[in-house]
Amino acid sequence: MSINLTLLIVMGVLYACGIYLILERSLTRVLLGLMLLANATNILILSTGGYAGLAPFFTKETNPDSYSDPLPQALILTSIVISFAVTAFMLGIIYRTWVLARQDEIQDDLEDVRVAKTPSFDAEDDAIVPLETSEFAITPSSTQDRNHPEATETPNSSTTQEGGSA
Amino acid sequence: MNLASLSPLAVLLPILGAALAFLLIRHQTAQRVVSIGILSSTLLLECLLLFSVWTGGTTSVTLGGWLPPWGVVLVVDQFSSLMLVVSSVVSLAVLIYATGQGMADGDHEAPVSIFHPTYLILVAGVSNAFLTGDLFNLYVGFEILLTASYVLMTLGGTGPRIRAGVTYVVVSVVSSVLFLIAIAMIYGATGTITMADLAVKLAELDQGTQNLLHVMLLVAFGIKAAVFPLSFWLPDSYPTAPAPVTAVFAGLLTKVGVYAMVRTETLLFPGDTLNVPLMVVALLTMVVGILGALAQSDIKRLLSFTLVSHIGYMVFGLAMSSVAGLGAAVFYVAHHITVQTSLFLVTGLIERRGGSSSIDRLGGLAKLSPLLALLFFVPAMNLAGIPPFSGFLGKLGLLQAGVELGTPLAIVLVVGGVVTSLLTLLAIARVWNRAFWRKPEDAEYPDPVLLTPGNVGVLPRTMVGSTAALVVFGVALTVFAGPLFQVSDGSAEIMLDRSAYIHSVLGDSVEVPPLPQNGGAK
Repeated sequence: MSINLTLLIVMGVLYACGIYLILERSLTRVLLGLMLLANATNILILSTGGYAGLAPFFTKETNPDSYSDPLPQALILTSIVISFAVTAFMLGIIYRTWVLARQDEIQDDLEDVRVAKTPSFDAEDDAIVPLETSEFAITPSSTQDRNHPEATETPNSSTTQEGGSA
Repeated sequence: MNLASLSPLAVLLPILGAALAFLLIRHQTAQRVVSIGILSSTLLLECLLLFSVWTGGTTSVTLGGWLPPWGVVLVVDQFSSLMLVVSSVVSLAVLIYATGQGMADGDHEAPVSIFHPTYLILVAGVSNAFLTGDLFNLYVGFEILLTASYVLMTLGGTGPRIRAGVTYVVVSVVSSVLFLIAIAMIYGATGTITMADLAVKLAELDQGTQNLLHVMLLVAFGIKAAVFPLSFWLPDSYPTAPAPVTAVFAGLLTKVGVYAMVRTETLLFPGDTLNVPLMVVALLTMVVGILGALAQSDIKRLLSFTLVSHIGYMVFGLAMSSVAGLGAAVFYVAHHITVQTSLFLVTGLIERRGGSSSIDRLGGLAKLSPLLALLFFVPAMNLAGIPPFSGFLGKLGLLQAGVELGTPLAIVLVVGGVVTSLLTLLAIARVWNRAFWRKPEDAEYPDPVLLTPGNVGVLPRTMVGSTAALVVFGVALTVFAGPLFQVSDGSAEIMLDRSAYIHSVLGDSVEVPPLPQNGGAK
């Protein structure tokens, strides 16, 4: 198999630019990077077919050795269509990101950030256990030891409701 | 005419159904009937396929009149037909669940009219990936299911879903590009992309080229299967999607990646060249995944991490490349698809009843809704591998195969598998204690929905029914574990032997290359 040097260089440049771009935080650049990667891959598939030759199946007299390999071209067609659809979809969600958040950047996962910031102290497991663990303790209930503003309000109302229904 | 020649219908039926459902976009009832009917008939067809393969052996179907080394072939063997049946059962249950949710909620959060056609296309992509015997067609199958999954992931276009969707799309596209590069290089090296033909021709290449192509394929599939260093995207993106979508993604999509890895390891690059790195990766996937699960307080995220962690078991079974190990891995895949999906469906129900999926905001669900507690408890214990459930049997099979292999690394993995199983139990028990066992008012930030007395979040019967059906199916895998193990061991034997696959595609005259055995790699 022989390889076209120009195509090879173009492919290398496209890959390099594509990889550089997908490492950015800006979504539009990431999209451009993905498009470059897809096109570089198409060139790679094309170059597996060897040098350009005659059209296959055109006339019966053509020498089989001078044909281009048709299979890589069929593969490229499919992959172009697929990357076209994916690019359109990505443009759609990038626009949607812009509408929702007014920025063109990849946003951090809030839950990830929260887990990363969680201290190793766990209120339920690591707090000092009160001596009196009976449900009918006279001491104030343990919910008040935790200093969560919401937790102190709602449980009281619910306990009265539950008591009433029982 | 052979029954297996109907196998293209497993892909065609869902696609035609999607077109029909799309035409009926204004008639929701008709759309529901069409999509459920189509999936049921696909399931029926695939049961017939499983039966015909089980009795008649591996069969291939040539498409479009192009003979095998040139055209696209579909190959039905025991492994692919088993995967088809399990995936269809799961996707049908999820579809019914989603229909119930859509009827209960209207389509504010999730536009149901778009959901049905997209969902059917996803199923078609999954079936295509399981059936195909052509490497590029496998890529197309992946793209069909991925593109459908992009739409499902960002359904409704809300902020968190778009954020998660961007990560998911970018990672998936990069993995697809890697896969495509690998295909191009394989074509350049061998001049063919039919998998059976590749099995013969790849063996003629020198070892360095083989290793390069092998690693490229494994990396591309590893991203899709969420194997440890490449699994970062999964817990980030899955939990934000609607409950039924997360359920079907968790059950099926990663398993398609695992399926592709199994085919790479058994058919294209058999032998034990990469077994040691695969085992190390499997160990890391199991342990790191489950440690991640322990840190989570959101049930969906926790389950996503257990999903990553349990992929490690399958890679472990695959890396042993023995009949016992691979058979147990196949069994484990079938078990895990069912259990993981039912857990995500139950989490959707928990979210409806308790108003949240965070274990800091839930409590007392065991008393409020005993049925929900039962539906969670059974698959959760199944996932953790408590006897007598199928999770226990699958893990037992893997551990036995590991001990049988007996290399120091395999023993380390056996220990790692046991530890992971125990840690899974710990993670699940944490959810159980907090969301189900304690009193609602003990929750750190009790959700208002939870504290409202009365039946505010009454669960639609269709949703509970489909979840219960899937849980029962998971239990049935336990009851019928004997026959299932027979099927999975049988499929492992056929896959490791390779001759049935290659002969069914290329004819009996082709000589199957001997397995390369470089025992020094161990």
